[in-house]
Amino acid sequence: MGYTFQFGVIEANFDHFLYGLALGLALAFAAILVGTFIGLLCAFATMAKAPLPSRLVGIYVSAIRNTPLLVIILFVYFALPQAGIRLGKLESFVFSLAIYAGAYLTEVFRAGLAGVPRGVIDAGRAIGLTGFQLALYVISPIMWRNCLPALGTTFISLFKDTSLAAVIAIPELTYQARKLNTETFRVAEAWATASVLYLATCLLIAAGLRQLERRFPKF
Amino acid sequence: MEHFLQELWIARWALAQGLLLTVEISAAAILCGSLIGLLAGIGLTYGKWLLRLPIRALVDCIRGIPVLVLILASFYLLTFAGINLTAVQSGLFALSIFCGAHMGEIIRGALQSIPATQIDAGRAIGLTFPRILVYVLLPQAMRQIMPVWVNTGAELVKASTLLSVIGTGELLLRTQEIVGRNFMTLEFYALCGFLYFLINSVIERLGKFASRRFALQ
Repeated sequence: MGYTFQFGVIEANFDHFLYGLALGLALAFAAILVGTFIGLLCAFATMAKAPLPSRLVGIYVSAIRNTPLLVIILFVYFALPQAGIRLGKLESFVFSLAIYAGAYLTEVFRAGLAGVPRGVIDAGRAIGLTGFQLALYVISPIMWRNCLPALGTTFISLFKDTSLAAVIAIPELTYQARKLNTETFRVAEAWATASVLYLATCLLIAAGLRQLERRFPKF
Repeated sequence: MEHFLQELWIARWALAQGLLLTVEISAAAILCGSLIGLLAGIGLTYGKWLLRLPIRALVDCIRGIPVLVLILASFYLLTFAGINLTAVQSGLFALSIFCGAHMGEIIRGALQSIPATQIDAGRAIGLTFPRILVYVLLPQAMRQIMPVWVNTGAELVKASTLLSVIGTGELLLRTQEIVGRNFMTLEFYALCGFLYFLINSVIERLGKFASRRFALQ
């Protein structure tokens, strides 16, 4: 072996790691916000009676879900400028992650909508709610509760996907670990720290989500 | 367009090689990962706590770390354990344990959903536990595992793009090389995405076919 662990380097650069972690969380949060909007829009669009919206949503979902995120990121960052759409590093990453998240969230919300009991919707109609009121006050609350576990899983996996931002040189956690690795050659320490930070954050998010699920029991 | 076709013709072998390597790596990772997952799943469901605890810890650790970090870590760290692997091999290792951890959870879920009376019934007709597993439990679990397994396969094909970061010449890295030469980013990245879409669509079709075969008659 002949390798002695020196965590001093990590200690000296720990603020970089924390900055990277915070940036990753912020990116995931921004992406899930936009992605939720896309997902809700698409999921409710599939409820329409006309076949066209469902067809379009189907194409979007299967196209995005069958394409690797890394390809989407590189396409948005490197290829779109050729078509005249020039985005900053952060914007382009959030955009890529958001359309990726949107496809997965569409499925999540669609499943949540399918779990809303028919009788509740009929009851809402019976007391004279309009379509919009029905969606807002009756369907949405039940749908959100149905989606909660899947939503949590999606958020965790999105947070893990922010590690791909390192490829286009966004200084998040993986980027910091790689940088420290090449600058100081403290290989084991750098990757162990990054892994532990990711793991701890994911476990924390998961624990928080469990609390949330307990707070809002199933109907 | 003509320019693109000309460049495509020049790049045809590079793309074909990349595509082949992507398919090979994905297939190998799915195979190894499923095997690991099967063992992990059985251990998690039926193991004593002394066996269950370390598997649970490992599975949770692997699932909590991004694949990219897993790949980079196994690329850089395995050498410390005295294991010298090429980029392809260490990438394959990372993808396999990633797939194994996910499959382990899926298989555990499927096995746990089978009523315990099935085991009792198997015992009653004098089967040993391995036989109960092979003839009674796993065939029933397959029905639940199959659709999710196909999903994991598609995820793995997508995750194989991350190997480009450690210099494995799969489809994405080949595309990047081609783009680096001719600067036709839009066309070639779109083509690359389309090729991945094709591979995954085929997997999706196969999955639909397989789940129909395993469905209850």
